[in-house]
Amino acid sequence: MAQDRRSLLKGAAAAALVPAALAGLPGRARAQANTLKIGVLNDQSGTYRDLSGPGSVQAVRQAVAEMAGKGIQVEVVVADHQNKPDVGATIARQWFDRDGVDAVIDVPTSSVALAVAAIAEEKNKVFINSGAGTADLTGSQCNANTIHWTYDTWMLAHSTGAAMVKAGGDSWFFITADYAFGHALERDTGEFVKAQGGQLLGSIRTPFPGTTDFSSFLVQAQRSRAKVIGLANAGADTINCVKQAAEFGITRRGTKLAGLLVFISDVHALGLKTAQGLVLTETFYWDMNDRTRALTQRIGDIDGGRKPTMVQAGCYAGTLHYLKAALAMGAADARKSGADVIARMKAMPTDDDAFGQGSIRADGRKIHPAYLFEVKSPEESKGPWDYYKLLQTTAAEEAFRPVAAGGCRLTRT
Amino acid sequence: MLEDLLFQLELGLPQVVLGLVNGAFYALLSLGLAVIFGMLNVINFAHGAQFMMGAFVAWMLLNYGGIGYWPALILAPLIVGAFGVVLERTMISRLYKLDHLYGLLLTFGMALIIEGLFRNEFGSSGMPYSPPEILSGPPIDLGFMFLPKYRLWVVVAALVMSLTTWLVIEKTRLGAYLRAATENAALVQAFGVNVPRMVTLTYAAGVALAAFAGVLAAPIYSVNPQMGSSLIIVVFAVVVIGGMGSILGSVVTGFGLGLVEGLTKVVYPEASSTVIFVIMAIVLLARPAGLFGRA
Repeated sequence: MAQDRRSLLKGAAAAALVPAALAGLPGRARAQANTLKIGVLNDQSGTYRDLSGPGSVQAVRQAVAEMAGKGIQVEVVVADHQNKPDVGATIARQWFDRDGVDAVIDVPTSSVALAVAAIAEEKNKVFINSGAGTADLTGSQCNANTIHWTYDTWMLAHSTGAAMVKAGGDSWFFITADYAFGHALERDTGEFVKAQGGQLLGSIRTPFPGTTDFSSFLVQAQRSRAKVIGLANAGADTINCVKQAAEFGITRRGTKLAGLLVFISDVHALGLKTAQGLVLTETFYWDMNDRTRALTQRIGDIDGGRKPTMVQAGCYAGTLHYLKAALAMGAADARKSGADVIARMKAMPTDDDAFGQGSIRADGRKIHPAYLFEVKSPEESKGPWDYYKLLQTTAAEEAFRPVAAGGCRLTRT
Repeated sequence: MLEDLLFQLELGLPQVVLGLVNGAFYALLSLGLAVIFGMLNVINFAHGAQFMMGAFVAWMLLNYGGIGYWPALILAPLIVGAFGVVLERTMISRLYKLDHLYGLLLTFGMALIIEGLFRNEFGSSGMPYSPPEILSGPPIDLGFMFLPKYRLWVVVAALVMSLTTWLVIEKTRLGAYLRAATENAALVQAFGVNVPRMVTLTYAAGVALAAFAGVLAAPIYSVNPQMGSSLIIVVFAVVVIGGMGSILGSVVTGFGLGLVEGLTKVVYPEASSTVIFVIMAIVLLARPAGLFGRA
């Protein structure tokens, strides 16, 4: 019932706090001492809905279902942060202060994630981020209450950038979304390209948001005669770039496109005919091995037939590990101090069907291998959602920024 | 010196062409807005959503009905236009006697609801839609650039559609009725013309123009629920610069501003989304009624 009402209102998408108000109905009292309350905070109605959104909630519920009957009770609440830091921060505060939420999961959009991380520390709760990109979450802005699970900008730049240069793409031109995320992605990737002996031929900053036609930028990028056009953007921007590059025959004439942040939901939106040949990095692909396929089956179809993205898989794995740690400590203790739960999570090795075996570093960075994929051509694809072929795997220890380089205060002792 | 100039020209020429393509969309969308505002005095903020619906209806026709691009180019505007009829009859028609602001608020709310419903049904990242076979394939080599055939078609289609609309309104008997009803509805009604029906059909025609632009855009842009809202603000600026309600003005400014925007993308790309608004501010200071508007 509450779910129905929420999705109805979501359609109207009017008042900023409506979903929050529904997520924490005042009638519902604070959670019981032995019941853990998990809040999934993400984009339910905007551009990141498909890569996180309801699918993340479904993944979290799957993890909860798998831990059911082991002695802890879990309640899941959901809210839409609309990619706005102020909205996200208000909901997180309300959840922690009034609704007895113990852990916040997901939170795409880096600016919102950084705001929520600070609140989790202030209130000594748990924050497991899956959806956001900024490597600052485990670097300059790290704290003892936050774990960054799935991916980050450093890892993407490192994997895609270095691999493309090695494969012969030694001259680059960037099309960059003109805001913090795009700049960071361009800078980080540029450094790896240079470190590998590659050349940077230039870049164009495109207004964000509000650019729909990238053809002028693509034509300019092509004039530079760069072998690789790096797309330091995300979501609809990336989709439009790839679509229009195919239209202008840029990829057909041998220029490679490097998507620096592409999710499988974006590839689905493009269709293989357009997206084929695109090189990208992810940490989870549903069709990777038996374990990932089994997990995908268990989570089930998302939003009418979609497969889980790496962000959604990260929500599953993060929740599962959180519940394992809470179980080991006892729910009552786990509710007392978020930092203690995080410390326990870092001490325990991780093992789940999404990412296999892994661990969490002292700075809060969850580490696992990073996979460089190339999008298949329509002929190579054997069925729906058969989209990627694996080009290269970067081991967990090398995939992410070294602890020492991040400048996280937790690691300075 | 001459070489320098040639180089600039070589760099600028492709942008002129691409700017015209974008201008085609601005022209088509602002044309629909101008028609609606001219006749109904309603600022149709749902225009972006109706543009998006055009693209989605084309996608649905293809994926659920196996109906391709060419029929969709006619069917989608008809379907979305019919939706416009319902909207006008049930809601907008009740607001004609009130201030502009009410129509604006109503249509803005409708836009949010329509976008939300599409997002719930189709997600946010969009749907693939390919150009028709005859217009895909390798781009045409113009010497200074490669231009996809489909983009050329967009310019042609937009020009033909704009010209037709202008001819209908300025040169036909129907157009004369329309213009007369704008001046004095009661008098035209007294001559036996069914003015409310004419108003409804005008709104539907404006909406259908938006949907037509939507179908044109589907193979180029990502077909997603937000695709209209990112375009509509620019289009409003185009309408204001051209002069509210001026048909010719909206077409000329649409193409012109597409051109200016295209050139800005070479000179100073960061400003390409702002340049239109800067022009709008200057035009409003110098000619408050717009370039082609009557004060």
